[in-house]
Amino acid sequence: MQNYNIMELMICVAARELGNGQTAGIGTGAPCAAAMLSQKTLAPDLVIMFESGGVDPLLSEIPISVGDSRTFYRALMVGSMFEIMQTCSRGMVDYAILGGAQIDMYGNINSTMLGRNYHKPAVRLPGSGGSNDFASLCWRTIIMSVQEKKRFVKRLDFMTAPGWLEGGKSREQSGLPADSGPYRVITNMAVMDFEPETKRMRVISLNRGYTFDDVQNNCEFELLSAPRIFTTKPPTAMELRILREEIDPNRNIIGR
Amino acid sequence: MNTAKQQSLGPLFTSPDPDEARAYFRTKSRAKANKLMSLKEAVERFIHDGDYLSIGGFGTTRTPLAACHEIVRQGLKNMGFAGHTSTHDFQILAAGEVFDRVDIAYVIGLEARGMSPCARAYMESGRVRICEWSNFSLAARLKAAAMGIPFLPTRNMLGTDTFRYSAAKVMTCPFTDKTMMLQPALYPDVAVIHVHEADVHGNCRIKGSVISDDDLACASKKLIITTERLITNDEIRNDPDRTVIPYYLVDAVCEVPLGAYPGSMPYEYFSDEVHLKEWLTVQSEQDNFAAFLKRNIYECPDHKTYIERNGGIPKIKELRAKELLLHKEAINAKL
Repeated sequence: MQNYNIMELMICVAARELGNGQTAGIGTGAPCAAAMLSQKTLAPDLVIMFESGGVDPLLSEIPISVGDSRTFYRALMVGSMFEIMQTCSRGMVDYAILGGAQIDMYGNINSTMLGRNYHKPAVRLPGSGGSNDFASLCWRTIIMSVQEKKRFVKRLDFMTAPGWLEGGKSREQSGLPADSGPYRVITNMAVMDFEPETKRMRVISLNRGYTFDDVQNNCEFELLSAPRIFTTKPPTAMELRILREEIDPNRNIIGR
Repeated sequence: MNTAKQQSLGPLFTSPDPDEARAYFRTKSRAKANKLMSLKEAVERFIHDGDYLSIGGFGTTRTPLAACHEIVRQGLKNMGFAGHTSTHDFQILAAGEVFDRVDIAYVIGLEARGMSPCARAYMESGRVRICEWSNFSLAARLKAAAMGIPFLPTRNMLGTDTFRYSAAKVMTCPFTDKTMMLQPALYPDVAVIHVHEADVHGNCRIKGSVISDDDLACASKKLIITTERLITNDEIRNDPDRTVIPYYLVDAVCEVPLGAYPGSMPYEYFSDEVHLKEWLTVQSEQDNFAAFLKRNIYECPDHKTYIERNGGIPKIKELRAKELLLHKEAINAKL
């Protein structure tokens, strides 16, 4: 019997992907919880940057808005949006953690609209915000999403933020910075990376209780499989305690 | 993928021509006049139907929400709007159907709080012309305008539909042969920015993130400042390092304490999450929403009355405590 929920699992797994002494562009919600957990476990010197200008705040709780004062509480600096984005553009931001309504096999993301006609959307969504910028300019993009067919789609209704575009070398050829791009996809069922040549999404680790077929059955496009698939280490008691007691005691994120 | 040959399809709502801007700025007053006036007067004098409007701040932080109420109350229409992580301000302006064209980076949502039904319905109605951008793109467009140049090259948006439905262009860099995204300068007709302190001439101080308001103040043809407090010109001169917006960019100074309520003001007060939640939930019932707008905007004479109707001083004390305690207590000292 699992003693953690889907959101807790994804946050704990994402937290382990961030490196100590590196920099990460972060929004609110689950990505912020993952970065905070990383700071309190493996990566105490992970530097969190918010697009609104905060650099390395001491986060005591998850901000409700990317601009609220918690995003620069006891920070090293609070600058401007341009300052953070130019830091990404200059190649000094290592990670971005993003989500989206739809993801395709190359890690491209949609957060703009659902439906076939852009001018008559079935559902209008907020748009890029900073996600196109982070996905374009940070070195490694980590995508967090629940594994569902309606989210992992063959064809995006709208490509808001770039992954590997059409695969192969298409991302670099488009003019996006070389060597940047999607790095991991973290879902409730598996951890995926991107096959180095084709840049197609591939399963590298399965979460406890799930098979490759489970993941494939919740994904519209064909997934690749790494030569050896690992089993994801489940959240530890310590990770869960920190997440529940220190990071999100009101369960605003992990209670979703 | 040969991005360099791709064209965008979106409309450009404003002219990026730097000489048109220079011609305007040449005529802009440099007089150190007393620009103090009521918010009502400032909106009447400087914001007109059809203008392209930009709002300072970010999300619900340091956003001039009292001014947004006034704009809706005065029934302004057919405006252009820059939605640069525009959340509750966007919702207010959408409720008033103030704009009919929007440069979108982030709209409709209120970040972690959910989506605004009225803003979504208005954006899905087919009555609003739209153009896609990202937060960096809008920041770069304002930076280009502030610099007095027609565009700024960036490396975002390449290869995506965000570019396809924008009005940006791509070109090959003449130095490196790399493909660059060109962000056209954005010169709004008018902007409103809420600040912590200003003198009567319009020299302004901001605490916390300036977001893009330093560039927005330069880029905008007309600029209305709402300020938490007035300070003397002498105080400005005592510490010129702290002036973020100089007086010659400013057309009107309005003293509006709590002018960002129900959003937050760094080091002053936190956002009123209960009232923001009420805004979102009341929209499920059309009649209730109409009554809510009437009570809080249309038949509410000013910001002071609005705050009194939603908790008054006890509520503000609570929001101040929430904001200030956060800055006093080293809750996370061991990090």
